[in-house]
Amino acid sequence: MRLKTVLFGVTYEFQDLNDVLAKANEEKSGDRLAGLAAETITEKIAAKEVLSNVTLNDLRNNPAVPYELDEVTRLDQDRVNERIFNEIKGLTVAEFREWLLCYQTSGGDILRVSRGLTSEIVAAVAKLMSNLDLVYAANKITVTAHCNTTIGEPGVLAFRLQPNHTTDDLDGIRISLFEGLSYGSGDAVIGLNPVNDTVDSLSNILKMFQEIKETYQIPTQNCVLGHVTTQMEAVKKGAPADMIFQSIAGSEKGNSAFGLNAAMLSEARDLMLKEGTATGPNVMYFETGQGSELSSDSHHGVDQVTMEARCYGFARLFDPFLVNTVVGFIGPEYLYDSKQVIRAGLEDHFMGKLSSISMGVDACYTNHMKTDQNDIENLAVLLGTAGCSYLITVPQGDDIMLNYQSLGYHEAAALRGLLNKRPIPAFEAWLEKMGIYENGQLSKIAGDASIFIR
Amino acid sequence: MDTKIKRLIAEVLSEMGGAGAACSDESSAPATSDTQPDDLTVENLKEQLLVPDPANRDAYLKAKGTTVSRIGIWRAGPRYLTESLLRFSADHAIAQFAVFHNVSEAFVKEWGLLEIKTKCVDKDQFLTNPDLGRELDEENTELLRKHCPGKARVQIYIADGLSSTAVETNAKDTYLALVQGLKGHGIEVGTPFFMRYARVPAMDKISEILNPEVVVVLIGERPGLATGESMSCYMAYSPKVGMPEANRTVVSNIHRGGTPAVEAGAHIADVVKKMLDQKASGLALKK
Repeated sequence: MRLKTVLFGVTYEFQDLNDVLAKANEEKSGDRLAGLAAETITEKIAAKEVLSNVTLNDLRNNPAVPYELDEVTRLDQDRVNERIFNEIKGLTVAEFREWLLCYQTSGGDILRVSRGLTSEIVAAVAKLMSNLDLVYAANKITVTAHCNTTIGEPGVLAFRLQPNHTTDDLDGIRISLFEGLSYGSGDAVIGLNPVNDTVDSLSNILKMFQEIKETYQIPTQNCVLGHVTTQMEAVKKGAPADMIFQSIAGSEKGNSAFGLNAAMLSEARDLMLKEGTATGPNVMYFETGQGSELSSDSHHGVDQVTMEARCYGFARLFDPFLVNTVVGFIGPEYLYDSKQVIRAGLEDHFMGKLSSISMGVDACYTNHMKTDQNDIENLAVLLGTAGCSYLITVPQGDDIMLNYQSLGYHEAAALRGLLNKRPIPAFEAWLEKMGIYENGQLSKIAGDASIFIR
Repeated sequence: MDTKIKRLIAEVLSEMGGAGAACSDESSAPATSDTQPDDLTVENLKEQLLVPDPANRDAYLKAKGTTVSRIGIWRAGPRYLTESLLRFSADHAIAQFAVFHNVSEAFVKEWGLLEIKTKCVDKDQFLTNPDLGRELDEENTELLRKHCPGKARVQIYIADGLSSTAVETNAKDTYLALVQGLKGHGIEVGTPFFMRYARVPAMDKISEILNPEVVVVLIGERPGLATGESMSCYMAYSPKVGMPEANRTVVSNIHRGGTPAVEAGAHIADVVKKMLDQKASGLALKK
């Protein structure tokens, strides 16, 4: 494996493959904070050149975190389809990139090859992609999943309705939920981040979601995003949940900082298949985000794009219905400005799709980042064009509980109209039945949540 | 329905300060003081329902009273009404200003505080490198030693944290109420100072340099939309660098709409008294 190169007469040499992977990243404040980033732009390009000549076999044989040390690595390596891997292991990352982009390679071809990829291969090729490459390649890949409805079909753009409330007040949550429905959001999931991570609180909210779904016959799925153990306890006590959620990380140490491991998630999935309310078979929901491993000091000296890819390698083991990166939530020490957030959003989405997971994005930012609503509206258009399965929406983009900004309920109809996409078909039929949609767009009464108040 | 739309249009036009005037000949004349336009940020969003002809207006308004979410805001096609768009932008602007502007030197001087700073050279480094926001170089350490007598019972200081606005708005009133409250308990305080580009755990460093019994820092919180004024108070009994976060006691949400500064200062004084009595803080502190 060649670890050095020459650019403009200057020789650049890298310590090992992790060093190459880190320095080949587009600039991220988190990689700089971790002391892993390239010193100069030319060093970054030198790293990309070295990486372009590394083979997929080298990447497989040098996992970012050692096999012996880390459950995420072991599960990722052991999952690989060896026959398929043997077909592609001689490719360089440059050749693999071009194979993904070429006209002759279909989405189906990519999904088959995905069985033979490890997370490090997924991360490596993302690092050689331009932003438009990331959009173009991701758009080829269709990953569908089924909970109560089917997400991910071509031509469909779904939205999570996130009716968060500062005190989990049921009336406050309900009106925000109605408002979202009245704008055509909620086909991916009606999903709330609770303030109180207790069995009683989660159960009460799930019961209300279930009652609303039944009253209005809404074809969608619900979730209350507490800790996996709290949700399991609630389900065991009879709470009506369609999915179980958990934040996950790209290393065993990172997952243990979140209070979980693979066995726990398998158990949660089994529980949902036996005692959940959904049709399935996809009954899990995961969230991720570049920088979370560094923030819990569990990154093992590995860059944040590679760690993020490892989250997706981990997620795919549990056949999730939804996985999304919460791309700009973690703050400017990991993603500094709009340029970095947009890049990360496109990388994460592409890497998720290439990992064969049902991938969405929470296009979002905090108030201490150099980003504003215009930037994430831009990102949303890019992601819609990239065939993103779903995006997150809150009332006018203002999440009053988590104190960050995401997309608004209004964006659902605007993006679908603009990009020639539709809601999940069963949900669209429901919107038409309720008179919220008319001929594929918002009707005159859309945006009036009081149509649901009796 | 027509009358409602007309009413809405009239409302919007009047809030725009008379759109008709912009087309008239007088438009070049500067606005006079008696035609002060309305401030769009003073509208109580909970009471504002922009849906022109809701199926159930009373219930909608009642439901809006249960949340500060931006709902019932209506639309132009699938997009926001101009008023909502501008309100959101204004609320984001004030939040960003709270983070990105520096606490003014005049504020520090008028109060008569010594100013020290962490190892961060500017706001950018402060935001992207949290570790540097907990450390002091030798020069600042010496300044602190020279200016502030060590081994005070209570060492209070002010830090910008993630909102300069919060500190400029609330720190002085909170401080004065806190000192008065402590005096009532017969507790003297050390010489206060201001620390720029500082994160919460810098208090551990301060503790190691000045060795007070209790350290108290008044520090700006990360702002949400339109809530740039919120300040927190972190306290710890004899904190050390690397101690568990659970050893800190916090009083958050200090601002006009939360716990007002003076009230907060009085409350913090009682908490500090308990810390001194129990020689403990954080989870170890009994209520």
